[in-house]
Amino acid sequence: MSKIIMTVDDSASVRQMVSFTLKQAGYQVVEAVDGRDALSKIGGSGAHMMLTDLNMPNMDGIELIRQTRANPSCKFIPIVMLTTESQAEKKQEGKAAGATGWIVKPFKPEQLLAVVKKVLG
Amino acid sequence: MMEPQKEAYRAEAYEILSELETSLLALEEDPGDTELIGRVFRALHTIKGSGAMFGFDDIAAFTHNIETVFDLVRNEKLHVTKMLVDLTLRAGDQIRGMLDSSDGGAVADTSRAGEITSALRELIPEPGDPAGQVPPKTLPATEDEQVERTYRIFLRLDREIFSRGTNPVLLLNELRELGECSVIAHTEAIPNFEDLDPEQCHITWDVILTTRRGLDAIKDVFIFVEDECELAIEVIDEAGPEDYDVPPKRLGEILIERGLVSQEDLQEALGAQKRVGELLVDKGLVEPSRIESALAEQEHIQAVRSKHQQEEQASSIRVPAERLDALVNLVGEMVTVQARLSQTVASMDHAGLHSISEEVERLTAELRDNTMSIRMLPIGTTFSKFKRLVRDLSGELGKDIVLVTDGGETELDKTVIERLNDPLVHLIRNCIDHGIELPGVREAAGKRRQGSVHLSAMHSGANVLISVTDDGAGLDADAIKSKALEKGLITVETELSEKELFSLIFAPGFSTAGQITSISGRGVGMDVVKRSIDALRGSIDVSSQKAMGTTITLKLPLTLAIIDGLLVKVGDGHYVLPLSIVEECMELTREDVARAHGRNITHVRGGIVPYIRLRERFAITGNAPEVEQIVITESPGGNVGFVVDSVVGEHQTVIKNMGRIYRDVDVISGATILGDGTVALIMDVPKLVQDVEAQESLAH
Repeated sequence: MSKIIMTVDDSASVRQMVSFTLKQAGYQVVEAVDGRDALSKIGGSGAHMMLTDLNMPNMDGIELIRQTRANPSCKFIPIVMLTTESQAEKKQEGKAAGATGWIVKPFKPEQLLAVVKKVLG
Repeated sequence: MMEPQKEAYRAEAYEILSELETSLLALEEDPGDTELIGRVFRALHTIKGSGAMFGFDDIAAFTHNIETVFDLVRNEKLHVTKMLVDLTLRAGDQIRGMLDSSDGGAVADTSRAGEITSALRELIPEPGDPAGQVPPKTLPATEDEQVERTYRIFLRLDREIFSRGTNPVLLLNELRELGECSVIAHTEAIPNFEDLDPEQCHITWDVILTTRRGLDAIKDVFIFVEDECELAIEVIDEAGPEDYDVPPKRLGEILIERGLVSQEDLQEALGAQKRVGELLVDKGLVEPSRIESALAEQEHIQAVRSKHQQEEQASSIRVPAERLDALVNLVGEMVTVQARLSQTVASMDHAGLHSISEEVERLTAELRDNTMSIRMLPIGTTFSKFKRLVRDLSGELGKDIVLVTDGGETELDKTVIERLNDPLVHLIRNCIDHGIELPGVREAAGKRRQGSVHLSAMHSGANVLISVTDDGAGLDADAIKSKALEKGLITVETELSEKELFSLIFAPGFSTAGQITSISGRGVGMDVVKRSIDALRGSIDVSSQKAMGTTITLKLPLTLAIIDGLLVKVGDGHYVLPLSIVEECMELTREDVARAHGRNITHVRGGIVPYIRLRERFAITGNAPEVEQIVITESPGGNVGFVVDSVVGEHQTVIKNMGRIYRDVDVISGATILGDGTVALIMDVPKLVQDVEAQESLAH
């Protein structure tokens, strides 16, 4: 059974790139456009992992991580945030909220897969 | 795969740009609206971030500057002004232009981009972000290190680590991918069942990892957890075949190194007769799993080492030595035939044949070198045999001596190595017996109790230098002199330099040891050494300093079967001199001879060089040519010239042994067959010089 990964980003192009890369590698992908959308989908999606942007309208990545961790079925899933190099303090905030790891934007498909493999096995 | 995504990015970017425009215009109306500011920032952020990802580096770099400004606005360090809105709108147009040009549109005006950027920079109160450029896109890849090291990694994760979605098993798996890995889990900290919170991590790990990937690769594994864990990485073993002489660490040593027990505890435990590990556990000093972990480390290192040794064995095949010798003989024949071919072709006028002959010559030389290299063996195998010798002998004599070797990888012809064994045994025995003092004497002289014998090998041109050095008492020049007088080797008037004096120890029947021990002192050792080394066409050099020690250096040719020689002619006969000792060739005219008034000396750049006339020496009849040649060679006692009729040139000389009848002719070391089938004799230059010197001194 292939693992399900949720990708959360307000940029359609990033979502597309992430989805494409992950699907190529044999994962199932669920897309969400922002934090609120993600939160509504995560419970029913059965996702094994979440990849989320931090800067998003409606609900940002930090809040999404915090609320996802509060959901018992998602308490231990790996959550990886997409950050930019200028957001060192965001990284800390994200980790405090319960993020497992991070990917620095911009990233290449191989880097994405390496991180997914690292936290999801 | 990138093309459709580039298209997607472009479409999205146009959309964001028009959204950006709307937001900016709204922002001009209401400069304090943080929601709007956030929206502008996100728009710029997305354009930049995705831009770099899909290869729009110019857009990413340009947008970075605007984003920096809006980051300040967002953090209320800068206020929205009409100026800022204007500039940002213009920047938006610029980005659109860049997008157009990337789709085959008109080339965007980069000067305008520069203008906007510098204008924006002025808005930033402080230097702000002076970089102004997109940072490197990828982390520098950790280069694979060639050196294989073994690390000990201690890992204790934060108890709450599971709630961050981290799976420790994956971390350990990642380590396993780096190389040979032993993982030992310590479970003592896990509370009793009723107190156990399964959502917490109570296990700590010791990991022994052997990898070529270096420390950074290991640290990368823990990059996401580095703030939530206790991590200690140490190098405990480094690959290198020579290190394998050092025995793997003992359990006690490992435990002390890890700070788990003290030296005293260990000593106490060792006093009793039980296994160290069990004892320490019994005493409650260390938990069982710690011992297990230390034992695992020991096993791991042993496993890695034995794997290495197996690999080394697997990469070679065993071939009987006779087959190799047969191959060398064939190559020798081949070289001879090739020489004939070259000579025959040289006398013909046939261009095509010339080029073929040259090619055969090149291939033959390559074949020769390769075949010779097959016969080469590292001298290290011989070296390791001496460890036992030193250990046993020093014990027998009540001395404390250690043998240190280096250059064990130096390669030498198999035959040379085999014939080197006995001379080296003699030399090392002498060091132990005569050279190094008893521990008490050493201490009194302010030296370390433990003496050392240093055996080393190194390449030096076409030779290999093997030296045996001891840090003992050194040679006693006076004792040697009186002994030599007693034995009648020198007379009282003989003036000898220190070097000449030292070389007397190689004279037959010479021994300064007052008392004959079971090891040495009969005076047979050193002259045997000298003879064996001479037979290998090598030389011996002695240097010694009183109270500091003695070094004996053997200089040996790399190979015995084929040498580069200088072919010369005297009368009708051809002779070969080893090219390695030839310094230069000069002319000798009748006038030069007349000027020397009957003495066999000539002047070379102001210096005097004695020469030997081979024509006279070998009793060759016939007349010498008007102008003869002198081949000047390097000899132990200074340069010596050999007068010949003519110098033919360089010659690849395949050495053939002379028949039994000629066994006693020691000035000729062998023979070789020339291209036209005739035989050339190979001269043993040092012998020839000695021979002449001996005759001269008899005559006087």
